[in-house]
Amino acid sequence: MTLVLAADGRPLKASLNRALRRQKLRALMLIAPLLIFIMVSFVMPIADMLFRSVENEIVVETLPRTVATLDGWDSESGQAPSEDVFAALYFDLVLATEYKTHTRLGSRLNYEMSGISSLFRKSGRGVGRFTTDTYTDAIQAADLAYSDPAQWAVWMADDDVRAALPMTANIYDAWATMIIVAEEDVPAEEVPWDFVYTSLFLEVMEGAEPPIALDLSAVAPVSLRDQFADVDEDWLDPVVWQIVKIYSPEYTNGYFLNSVDRLKGLDGIEVRPENEQIYITLFIRTMIMSGSIMGMCVLLGYPIAWLLANLPARKANMLMILVLLPFWTSLLVRTSAWKVLLQRQGVINDTLVWYHSTWFGQLLDPVFMGLLNLCYALVNAITWVWNLINGIWGGTDGLYLDWAVAGFERLALINNQTGTIIAMTHILLPFMILPLFSVMKTIPIAYLRAAKSLGATNWTAFWRVYFPQSVPGIGAGCILVFILSIGYYITPELVGGTKGVFISNRIAFHISSSLNWGLAAALGTILLVVVMGLYWMYDKIVGIDNVKLGG
Amino acid sequence: MKTTMKLMATTCLTLSATLAAADGHMADEMTIVSWGGAYSSSQENAYHIPYAEMTGVTIINDASSAEAVAKLRAMSEAGNITWDVVDVVASDAIRLCDEGLALEIDFDTQLAVGDDGSTATEDFGDLLVSDCFIPQIVYSTTVGYRTDLVGDTPPTDICAIFDTETYPGMRSLEKRPINNMEWALLCDGVAKADVYDVLETDEGQTQAFAKLDTIKDSVIWWSAGADTPQLLADGEIIMGSTYNGRLFSLIEEQGQPVAMLWDAQVFDLDGWIIPTGLSPEREARALDYVYFATDTQRLADQAKYISYGPARASSAPLVGQHATLGIDMAPHMPTDPANATNTFLYNYTWWADYRDDLDAKFQVWLSQ
Repeated sequence: MTLVLAADGRPLKASLNRALRRQKLRALMLIAPLLIFIMVSFVMPIADMLFRSVENEIVVETLPRTVATLDGWDSESGQAPSEDVFAALYFDLVLATEYKTHTRLGSRLNYEMSGISSLFRKSGRGVGRFTTDTYTDAIQAADLAYSDPAQWAVWMADDDVRAALPMTANIYDAWATMIIVAEEDVPAEEVPWDFVYTSLFLEVMEGAEPPIALDLSAVAPVSLRDQFADVDEDWLDPVVWQIVKIYSPEYTNGYFLNSVDRLKGLDGIEVRPENEQIYITLFIRTMIMSGSIMGMCVLLGYPIAWLLANLPARKANMLMILVLLPFWTSLLVRTSAWKVLLQRQGVINDTLVWYHSTWFGQLLDPVFMGLLNLCYALVNAITWVWNLINGIWGGTDGLYLDWAVAGFERLALINNQTGTIIAMTHILLPFMILPLFSVMKTIPIAYLRAAKSLGATNWTAFWRVYFPQSVPGIGAGCILVFILSIGYYITPELVGGTKGVFISNRIAFHISSSLNWGLAAALGTILLVVVMGLYWMYDKIVGIDNVKLGG
Repeated sequence: MKTTMKLMATTCLTLSATLAAADGHMADEMTIVSWGGAYSSSQENAYHIPYAEMTGVTIINDASSAEAVAKLRAMSEAGNITWDVVDVVASDAIRLCDEGLALEIDFDTQLAVGDDGSTATEDFGDLLVSDCFIPQIVYSTTVGYRTDLVGDTPPTDICAIFDTETYPGMRSLEKRPINNMEWALLCDGVAKADVYDVLETDEGQTQAFAKLDTIKDSVIWWSAGADTPQLLADGEIIMGSTYNGRLFSLIEEQGQPVAMLWDAQVFDLDGWIIPTGLSPEREARALDYVYFATDTQRLADQAKYISYGPARASSAPLVGQHATLGIDMAPHMPTDPANATNTFLYNYTWWADYRDDLDAKFQVWLSQ
């Protein structure tokens, strides 16, 4: 086999590859700014969000010693842990209080069991008043050297002493770091705090050899367990300790479980108590309401887009401005306008009241009421039959409109789901009209005329010829509106009251008010997965190639 | 050529200014965070404008106090504190102090001596509830109602909120547990002195939520202090809770058909904190500002613009008339004997402990 060589003597294949590589590199350089921008502003935040939804380092960082000793505790014993765990908690909590991290840990654990936040706050304040100073006094009284900070520093630099008193050395180091970092003092000039003496006492009582022999047999031991129980008896509650133990690993699925109204119990995953379940309801509500908004947008947007596409250019431009003007108007302005229109004393209700007071209204009211009640009666009858078929006995509730009798009552159009659907349909309508318009613009009107000249009725011509061609526009509009609406939170917050809010309102609440970023990240991740799932389903059913934004 | 010269000169000036600032001089720009609306403008008139005139400092106003705790936590986590002085309520101040997010103040050396010669500690007295908190005003959360919509028997006590039979229609309550839980228990027969003991238990919380359940469908929940006055003015609600100063401005300044229900008004404190982690020059400026803004005359000045009681005892005699309306302010203060016949003492230390727990429960209850 002969090797084909290029002009410079290299094998042709290598030379070609090199040229290609250079080309690719150049292309990459050209798109590099965009790529970097997308990485920094889009991919990295999403990755960070995914990471935050499982990250849980705070427990082990704040209570390292407690977590380590808690391994020996049998969480199913029904008893609070023993004295050594409380001793470890004492050391950890004194340090955490100085660094002021105990409140943050309390807030973290409070997500799993309400009440823990206040437990940590109270204990942080109480831990400085523990009666462990009797140890300090006894040790200092036994030998004066123990009250000399410089001597302590010398001891703690000595490997033999450290080997004999491992726990005290560890606590002293943590104390010294804290003195330098939090108090900005020099450890060799400060008498160690009570908790260092406590650890020395505990080790000596267990038979360790201190640098200067100590006889502490006369000192009455202080029960740290009792000290904590004095601050708050919840410390004796095994459930609190179970929570600490369950959430001690560095990573947790707790936030995700919380997002689907579950929690991590001792025997695995449990359902949260009923008065704490909201997220599944909110997810379902978000989906249903976004779907309704999307449906309303199709119903309202289709005829408008048709008009826009088929009117003479001058008239179409005028109409287009009417579509674009609200599109360009600030979201807040439009939402506030809806508040003015929809509220009980608002324009729409006032108009309705006025209409009902005119002779025309009074003439027509009974007719409308009759029609409405007929509809309700039909619904009732259908439900009744349905129940009969399914073997549910008990009839139906009387769904008749009672305000037909009571006279007109002002409608509740805002601060509920109705308000959210109305306002958001208005806000998202342009996102439906514009893709529909750009697709319809490309459908030649001659097709309709041809269909009719071949004998089709108006409806057949529309349904068989025109509509199939406009489906890509409907698809694009629906995807746009649906995905935008599940992410909306400002409008539902302002007009939705408590029943018309979305899951995104909870995400916003957890990011800006409760600061439960882990839960917000987990909820966000679920939302992201749901959107991607729906997108995939849409691709399977309709085909994403059929979506057109125009052209 | 000219441009280059100008650029060089500016750079030199900026450099020297930076050096001067680092040298221990004070910053000449500061961000002050407060609650917005009528309250912020009273501070603007009483403190910011005179302070800016006296020192040449540029003051930037930010109305984010409602999210102060959350935002300060986030800022401290991000390591970039952009606020210099923050106006918060007492329980938030306690929480921020516990978490090390607010600067501890030495009241007697860092605050002005009272006009009557008393030290700051004596002058503020019991209102110094936290080492980080510099009290400014005593305000109260109370209920306002539409005089034309409540019928012939205007409400006289707080339980009117829960009485949908006598007073049908919508009411507005704050979108957080504070005050609502207390009022619910009071109207469910719990004695005033036992409210917090009951609220501490699970049964007590269930009881409060059950009472709130009875009116849940007729409540519009507000989160900004300006919401209730607006809803009252629109006639959208017949009664609603808000801060007494907001109602004062609605009734006296705007002349709306609204009256106040002082019954079970909840006293609370509001004041300044300085975030920790500021650069030395910004901290010096912030301390200088609060020294100025909390002296006897300045606190009395704020009462010219809004009906909140000054936190210093020595300021009380100086409270006079409204700056533009010319009416006496004393009868509109929450502390006036005629108004304070049945006040409810808000327990901010209790709330500092239980806020996180109850906030979570309340939010769930709301969305169910």
